[in-house]
Amino acid sequence: MLEAIILTLKLAITVTILLLLIGTPVAWWLSRSKSWWKEMVGTLVSLPLVLPPTVLGFYLLLALGPNSMLGRSIAAITGQTLPFTFPGLVVASIIYSFPFMVQPVRNAFEAIGERPLEVASTLRASPIDCFFTVVLPLARPGLITGTILSFAHTVGEFGVVLMIGGNIPGETKVLSIAIYDYVETLEWDKAHILAGGMLVFSFLVIFSTTLIEKRLRTRMQ
Amino acid sequence: MSKAQPDKTDMISAHFRGQQGTFELDAAFELSASGVTALFGPSGCGKTSVLRCIAGLNQMKDGFFSLKGEVWQNRSHFMPAYKRPVGYVFQEASLFPHMSVEQNLTYGQKRALSSPSSDMPVLDQKDVIELLGIAPLLKRSPLKLSGGERQRVAIGRALLSCPSILLMDEPMAALDRFSKNEILPYLERLHDELKIPMLYVSHDIAEVERLADQMVLMENGKVKAAGPLQKLLADPGLSLASMPDAASVLNGTLASVDEDFGISTIMVSGLPFQIPGIMSPIGTKMRLRVEASNISLSRHMPQGSSSILNTPSVRIKTIQPFGPYMANIFLELGEEDGGQALLARISKKSLYSLDLRKGEKVQAMIKSVSMVTDV
Repeated sequence: MLEAIILTLKLAITVTILLLLIGTPVAWWLSRSKSWWKEMVGTLVSLPLVLPPTVLGFYLLLALGPNSMLGRSIAAITGQTLPFTFPGLVVASIIYSFPFMVQPVRNAFEAIGERPLEVASTLRASPIDCFFTVVLPLARPGLITGTILSFAHTVGEFGVVLMIGGNIPGETKVLSIAIYDYVETLEWDKAHILAGGMLVFSFLVIFSTTLIEKRLRTRMQ
Repeated sequence: MSKAQPDKTDMISAHFRGQQGTFELDAAFELSASGVTALFGPSGCGKTSVLRCIAGLNQMKDGFFSLKGEVWQNRSHFMPAYKRPVGYVFQEASLFPHMSVEQNLTYGQKRALSSPSSDMPVLDQKDVIELLGIAPLLKRSPLKLSGGERQRVAIGRALLSCPSILLMDEPMAALDRFSKNEILPYLERLHDELKIPMLYVSHDIAEVERLADQMVLMENGKVKAAGPLQKLLADPGLSLASMPDAASVLNGTLASVDEDFGISTIMVSGLPFQIPGIMSPIGTKMRLRVEASNISLSRHMPQGSSSILNTPSVRIKTIQPFGPYMANIFLELGEEDGGQALLARISKKSLYSLDLRKGEKVQAMIKSVSMVTDV
């Protein structure tokens, strides 16, 4: 049981950090670009919100498996195929949780508007300088929301993990899979502990997100 | 203002041409790079676009700008906004809400000082803070300031970024009358104490008459005229003289003060102007404003028979009808060429009964003169 909890936390932390690094530039591009195909990218990014996780998992399994070009090249470089490994879970989770990071951050970037960027540029700040000293601090509520939501969403995923990760203890057996297992094997007391823990955890996540956002908003006004 | 033709190294030279939505801008001017230059015209005439082009915030299809001989952009080269040594004050102060007033003030300063250039005008932080009266605000959040305070901090922030030119986009338009009156004196002090040329966008002629030395008159995206303020105000070919409250601006020097009567005498083009009030010190440059409808003309000097203090001799340069019943008389102070320009507005009836003609010498009787500012 502890193994599953630790593995889940490890996965969620890794995924959230990577999402911050990848999702933030994507959100920035989506909020500023004027190209016509930006909404195509926006839609692709949002797809995991509506697709059944099993569909996503199915395609990922095919794409990352040893029979695809992508899968073969990854295997050639890293010496292993991704499905049914922890790195495979990380890749799948990043794609699955992408919209939960990108949406709030993009909204926060858009809410900043052009003016602060213009002001910074008339004060000799290069675009990169301005991004770190003006844009990111002003988008903090969105970044915090994105971080918490991505983390929570990764902790709670099931379908994608089942499809691409399977059920290998210590490697891919995360919390939600463990609960499923306990129920299947009629170990309801253990299922209770994990399920109840998840319930409390989810409540705390949403509650604290709301509080933090509210606090930051009032401070910015 | 010197009459000598300055060479390119003392000039602001701009030409911006391009389409912006349905609006077409084609604005060119060349002016001396000193003092305050007002970009004046009705709303939507392209004043702000010109200012944004100069700052590099807008990029027109075809643009040229050089300041004191240094080319910021031409057909083949465009210096990005963050490399241009401008100080920009927006209509809304736009302070960074996540920084304190002090952090806002030093944001541009730190960046400018980290890559200094030889001719960069570095202003002392203490001086700027004192000049703008913002010392008590330093530790506060910009969100806790009044509109006027915010705008003062924004001006300070722009000044501390070591600009070679200060660009102001109607810095008072978003303020109420109270805050306006609070800011104006600071702007006047800037005008007096700064060596940095200032471009000031405004649609308020009273503001322009108070602050500007030169003017760029804009209409429909084009520059109608550019030159010294006095010249443009008294130009028969421009629309300024047909404004209902048309006025002239006279520059002079405080010559003497009569303490008993409380009268200050200011010499303008060699002629004394007497103004109620005790001013000091002697030698201060003063700017006077005379509304056109406050001047009457007479063929004889009303010696000792009038309460009017100022009755300079003037020569009639041009006569122009103004509406069906009035006429604008463009005058020049003094008996010889080269005097400052003065605009009078009188009735057509008086024009005919006095039989005024171009080139004639008459007496102007100026009912009221207001001191605009010490320049």
